[in-house]
Amino acid sequence: MIQRTPFANALTYGVMIFGFLLLIGPFIVIVSGASQTFQQVNAIPFSFVPQDRLFENMGAAWSRANLGTAMLNSFVMASLVTVGKVALSALTAFAIVFFRTPLKGFFFWMVFITLMLPLEVRVVPTYAVAADLFQPVRLLISAVTGFEVSVDWNLLNSYAGLTLPLIATATGTFLYRQFYLTLPDELAEAARMDGSGAIRFFIDMLLPLSRTNMLALTTIMFVYGWNQYLWPLLMVTDPQYKTTMMSLVALLPSDNGTPDWNVTLAGSLIIMLPPLIVVAVLQRWFVRGLVATEK
Amino acid sequence: MADIAIRAVRKSYGKNPTLHGINLAFASGEFVVILGPSGCGKSTLLRMIAGLEDITAGEIAINGKVVNRLEPRERGCAMVFQNYALYPHMTVAGNIGYALKVAGVPKAERLRRIEETAKIVGLSDYLDRKPAALSGGQRQRVAMARAIIREPKVFLFDEPLSNLDAKLRVIMRAEIRKLHQRLQATSIFVTHDQVEAMTLADKLVVMNKGVVEQVGQPLDIYHRPASIFVASFIGSPAMNLFEAAVDVDGACLAFGGTKMPIDRALAGRLGARHVTVGIRPEQCVVAPEAKGVSIKVDFVEELGSGRVIHSELNGHPFAASVDEHTRARPGDRITLELPLAQLHLFDQETGRRIHVDLEPRAVSSAASHPTLQAV
Repeated sequence: MIQRTPFANALTYGVMIFGFLLLIGPFIVIVSGASQTFQQVNAIPFSFVPQDRLFENMGAAWSRANLGTAMLNSFVMASLVTVGKVALSALTAFAIVFFRTPLKGFFFWMVFITLMLPLEVRVVPTYAVAADLFQPVRLLISAVTGFEVSVDWNLLNSYAGLTLPLIATATGTFLYRQFYLTLPDELAEAARMDGSGAIRFFIDMLLPLSRTNMLALTTIMFVYGWNQYLWPLLMVTDPQYKTTMMSLVALLPSDNGTPDWNVTLAGSLIIMLPPLIVVAVLQRWFVRGLVATEK
Repeated sequence: MADIAIRAVRKSYGKNPTLHGINLAFASGEFVVILGPSGCGKSTLLRMIAGLEDITAGEIAINGKVVNRLEPRERGCAMVFQNYALYPHMTVAGNIGYALKVAGVPKAERLRRIEETAKIVGLSDYLDRKPAALSGGQRQRVAMARAIIREPKVFLFDEPLSNLDAKLRVIMRAEIRKLHQRLQATSIFVTHDQVEAMTLADKLVVMNKGVVEQVGQPLDIYHRPASIFVASFIGSPAMNLFEAAVDVDGACLAFGGTKMPIDRALAGRLGARHVTVGIRPEQCVVAPEAKGVSIKVDFVEELGSGRVIHSELNGHPFAASVDEHTRARPGDRITLELPLAQLHLFDQETGRRIHVDLEPRAVSSAASHPTLQAV
């Protein structure tokens, strides 16, 4: 519905501004609060004017929550999740769309079902698997031979444990599947006539063609990986593998200590920055990748 | 260069058969056109030769070697697709040279061959462009260059001209023909356009509903269509077809109040039955009254070089092509002579041609035929 009347225009602008304020409000509070002194941030009423103490507060927050390690861990985790997810999605969708096998439908539905099982739903069994990877093998061996073998291998406190369960989901596969379906069949056939095999076709055609798609998925997955809270909390006991989301707690003022919310806000600002930068840099492709395919 | 043999080839999708046993043989260097309406299985047949579709039964041999189980790249075929299927992210040079790149041809030689090929199709100035920046005709040329560069034994064209506008189509048609004369590779060209088919083909294959209706030289098929389907599909405007009864005693063909005398022995051979009679619009001749069949003009199509008069005969639509000097207006009655030698007879049950010479001495030429008179 497209119409242009002064009243409708005013109404749309009103709604848009309201929504904008709703979204930007907390962010303004963080930025201005993070740049104020301890007295200013606790003053009533709260002043929305940014002050000049931003970097001091950030420094304090950095050392208090040991953000150096946490940021590195989160960055590694988010990057691994992103790369793994993009690679896995591109390949699974490739298999589902371009290969003719009788089991195609079965595999498609297997992937589809995982959409209904996000990590939060299967967190307990996933933890059980991650904590003891060889359990099924041990059970099998003892059932068949009667021997008890003690092989121990777990993924707790490791990057593999942090990322693998997050990679194995179907969201990206669907984005890729939709993209592959928009490509004409003749493209694959022309490549076949030109002598290109499946792998070659994937590398020479699909990867370059899916660039926007890939960047869109990268954006989504990086933010998703960065924001993970529940899973790292379960997996990680070693402070060396702490992620930023777990460090947020350390930023809160202690119950009886000074209520230095300015430091807390500065810390959360630091933590917000990497996904913000990724979105800002990639947003152009992000929108293009989700909205339309390149012609 | 290669000959192609197609032996008892069948294709089914699930339980739906689309090709019912095709037998064809193409000589080396021949330009074959497969013509048929959409859904007749012509593209499927082409794709089976290319190796893009499995062969349900039967076998296809290229140069005497059965290729049923070979990958497309091992068959030595190159294909031009209807929508060109260019690689959108590659330049024209990249598109043309991709097959060589896959084959591992060294870069220097690749570039040389890309330039050579581009020159053949007149794309030398566009090698750095992306397909999106090309016109329809140029994209078509890229698609052809991509096929040429591989120096294939067999060229396959899957309705390559149907996405072009009418003018460009005529130009590209001529270019394809020239290209074939130059390269002499066996070519198979699939189309639903009978003008393309008539102009390009050394050998024409007419298909309908998964079977081959007729194979032959274009002019033979035009002059002696083997079935009602071929008769109505080839030629524009389409051949007039109407029902007539063979009157053995009166030795004539009777339809709509008209009786056309035929040879008495011939009438006896045909026997008393109903047949479908066909005559091409361009072979109807306007005649003075009482010398032919009288029809009432429904409407007239102007073509510039002539006009087509549309009317009805015996309940069937009937068209006659006349020259520009013959004037007719809707509602007029005109008399048409239907030269006996130009009539085609078809069996009503099987739809096949009845091979008889209604006018034994006549050789095919429109004028100066003894004609039949309306009684």
